[in-house]
Amino acid sequence: MQALRTTGHQGIPAVAARYRNNFLKEVEAHVEDGEWVKMCMQCGVCAGSCPFGPHWEHPPQEIFMMIRAGKRDEVLKSDAMWMCTSCYNCVVRCPRKLPITQIMHGIASYAQELGLAPKNQPTRDFSIQFWNNCTKTGRVNEMKLTVGLYFKDGLVSGIKQVMNMLPVAIGLIKAGRLNPFELISGHSPKDQKGIAAMLKKARAIEAQRAPATH
Amino acid sequence: MADNKFAAYLCAGCGLGEVLDFETLEKVAKREGKMQVIKRHDFLCSAEGVQTIRDDIANEGVTHVLIGACSRRAKTDAFDFPQTPMARANLREGVLWVVAPGTDHDEVRQEMADDYIRMGCAELKKMAVPAGNPDCASNKRILVVGGGMTGLTAAIEAAETGYEVLLVEKQAQLGGWAAKLHKRVPFREPYAEPQDTGLAELIARVEAHPKIGVHLASTLAETAGAPGRFAVKIATESGAVTQETVGAIIQASGFSTYDLAKLPELGGGLPGVVDQAGLEQLAKAADGGAIQRADGQAVNSVVFVQCAGQRDETGTHLPYCSGHCCATSVKQAMYFKDANPDVDTVVLYTDLRMPGMGEDFYRSAQTKGVIFTKGKVSTVTAAGSGCNVNFRDLILNEEVTLGADLVVLATGQVPNSGVNIDLVVELATEEQASGDQAPAEATPVATPVDLPPSILNLTYRQGPDLPQLKAGLTDSHFICFPYETRRTGIYAAGPVRRPMDMLQATDDATGAALKAIQAVENAALGRAAHPRSGDLSYPIVRLEGCTQCKRCTVECPFGAIDEDERRFPVFNESRCRRCGTCMGACPVRVISFENYSVDTVGSQIKSLDMPDEFSERPRILLLACENDAYPALDMAGLSRTLYSAFVRAIPVRCLGSVNTIWITDALNSGWDGVMLMGCKRGDDYQCHFVKGSELAHYRLSKIDDTLKQLSLETERVASYEVAITDSQRVAALINDYAETIKRIGMSPMKGFN
Ligand code: SF4
Ligand code: SF4
Ligand code: SF4
Repeated sequence: MQALRTTGHQGIPAVAARYRNNFLKEVEAHVEDGEWVKMCMQCGVCAGSCPFGPHWEHPPQEIFMMIRAGKRDEVLKSDAMWMCTSCYNCVVRCPRKLPITQIMHGIASYAQELGLAPKNQPTRDFSIQFWNNCTKTGRVNEMKLTVGLYFKDGLVSGIKQVMNMLPVAIGLIKAGRLNPFELISGHSPKDQKGIAAMLKKARAIEAQRAPATH
Repeated sequence: MADNKFAAYLCAGCGLGEVLDFETLEKVAKREGKMQVIKRHDFLCSAEGVQTIRDDIANEGVTHVLIGACSRRAKTDAFDFPQTPMARANLREGVLWVVAPGTDHDEVRQEMADDYIRMGCAELKKMAVPAGNPDCASNKRILVVGGGMTGLTAAIEAAETGYEVLLVEKQAQLGGWAAKLHKRVPFREPYAEPQDTGLAELIARVEAHPKIGVHLASTLAETAGAPGRFAVKIATESGAVTQETVGAIIQASGFSTYDLAKLPELGGGLPGVVDQAGLEQLAKAADGGAIQRADGQAVNSVVFVQCAGQRDETGTHLPYCSGHCCATSVKQAMYFKDANPDVDTVVLYTDLRMPGMGEDFYRSAQTKGVIFTKGKVSTVTAAGSGCNVNFRDLILNEEVTLGADLVVLATGQVPNSGVNIDLVVELATEEQASGDQAPAEATPVATPVDLPPSILNLTYRQGPDLPQLKAGLTDSHFICFPYETRRTGIYAAGPVRRPMDMLQATDDATGAALKAIQAVENAALGRAAHPRSGDLSYPIVRLEGCTQCKRCTVECPFGAIDEDERRFPVFNESRCRRCGTCMGACPVRVISFENYSVDTVGSQIKSLDMPDEFSERPRILLLACENDAYPALDMAGLSRTLYSAFVRAIPVRCLGSVNTIWITDALNSGWDGVMLMGCKRGDDYQCHFVKGSELAHYRLSKIDDTLKQLSLETERVASYEVAITDSQRVAALINDYAETIKRIGMSPMKGFN
């Protein structure tokens, strides 16, 4: 299966005119729920509500302002959107009813699609692993996903992590919550073909949207 | 006085009978108060109780009535004997409800009640029924000054209510600023698109209305008189003068735009920079097509700079927010987007203020793609054929330079208030001073040349225009009575009294029209305008005693008093609001009202049975403004908030009416302390008579000398600013003050008279 799309359309090189509508329009065309960005009134409620607020580069309020200010590169290369935990705190509080969480993920996927997403960003790595794992058979293989994550930084650190987590794993196996044989075979859903067809259709629909290169 | 018959009616209802000793009260009323008739009733405000009083007035020759029951603010419908002077001893709110219950307090409680009876009797003897105002005139025509949105609305509203209207407009056509707008901010659902101003229709209605007469290209050359009989001279540009009489005046003289030339740092004067009025002109010319600059250049990008020369803390530009300009910029950005969505429109604001339903309008602009950026603009400079706007992005926290073909500055409204009479008065004083002394040096006071032309040209002693509050805005009672100015019968409406948008201005116009109607109706009956609406008393001056000191003419907050050629005060009763400030000001105490005078209060102060110095029962006099402080005291009673039983409260019309003789009398007759409670003074005053509380404060600042002369502690006189909502606080203030008196000890002045 194709990995989460890192097809790397490079788009227009970033120096878009500032405070023009160019980047805003691009976001509206390519990002899910992107047409909401212009409706933000910069009240800052989302930034104040986000449990991650103080810890990441740009809270949603700032991301939306940056989009309007035409800061294409800064936005797309930022790891801010990747930090969102989907807690939906901001969404329930936004007085302008922006689907903030959805927009955050939308911008992240768009950045990923353009190949601008930050490398070695843990949530991004996890997302890619998860997507690949899940779309392979149509069913998440927990054993493979976990082991894949442990060994992503090489053999030594992988073994270390496995040793660390071994007592937990044994406990889970004893309780019947983990099947070690899944690592070798794994099982698939009943209609694997159907799932493949579904994914294909989804990609076709997505391709109909304006291409990322404008 | 042989014909007078004084009667006291004491009510034992509302629990008074169970707690107070009525035998004693009656004895006090009879022996000390010299009441000739004394009756006790278990339910005095009942129809039957009231009928007893009526019968006594009708059949027994009772001429003066004392009600010893509830507060004078309660049961006013029941105790209403218009032809009979009446005093009210406040036994319920003033004693029963505020003194701690229980037999321990029986003695102080009874003393308090006895004193209120003494005071009521003393006051009653000095009272008379107002004979009515000799200065009633009944012209009911309403003059509207200014033919813009405000003036037109006021005119049509007054005319539709059935009053004749004269409309005077300086320009050769009606419409004012509204006529210069392409469209207006929406005032109807769905608040999404700029709307037609509706002005043409309004003008047509005004011009066709049989009750409205319009004078174009005209100004007021002179305004004299008083409500009900203003004599105005209307002068046309050519010099022709028409004399007219009107009953009330609405000043809707509007605003001018802030001078762009004063904003060179924001590019004032550059070809690519206009103010909002300039943009309306361009939009009008484009009429829905692509908006071009005056020099014909196309506009592909436009930046709106909010608060240009406004909310300025440095004192250079306007200190205030004009209220309409955020919505106006939103509207103007839409002009561009509606003509061509590809024009980049950026609004730079520090706070976007969208009053009313403006939030919907704001969202609509966002939907249209207008970019809103929180940023503080430092400079606008020329760049090629356009401009560079240099600003700090307050969200992204960085300095930015943004190019634009056109920059629109949201400058503010400057009220057309005419002459600042405070400057003129200062000028006159300077002239006098320099006349008396050696040749004057150049004074920093504005010369007459700098003064804008007067709007009303009043012949009042106090100056030709309405007094201003701050920043050149016409003073109108912003908190309680928004259109009331300090000149009775003259109402300010629209941006002349505070910056506002068109919708607010039309509301204002309607309100002012109604106030003007009230004014002419009141004037015809010789009654006061608010806050003593309906009052028939008016200041009576004993000219024989007057020393021509001019304090009353200077201090009257409403310009009611002129001077004759011999410099004696001439009272214009219809202009008077019955605040009593003149009475408080008069050093020889020759000004009084029939039912409120230096004597009605002074005799109460002297009526007490003063305990001696060693009794440990001090007496605290509380002079409380009847508009806020006294109601707050009543409300303390209503909520059973207890306070010291050593206090004796007397309501006054305004702290401004407090004559310092009351305070010296009180101290001389052994009162241990005097508290004064009035409304907030200053630029954000709440005083119902605008200046009363401020003047009282000024007079009190001199009381310390008196205290020193009497060798008394300065704590013996204390003044407080109190709002009507302060019912808990007034009780706390009284208790604290009682503690203070305990600390400094009893007055040594007891027993000297
Ligand atoms: S949903 Fe994401 S952006 Fe919103 S508050 Fe939660 S973590 Fe922050
Ligand atoms: S809460 Fe909503 S309107 Fe407020 S800053 Fe965040 S996204 Fe914008
Ligand atoms: S000071 Fe008050 S009472 Fe006296 S004339 Fe002026 S308005 Fe009337």
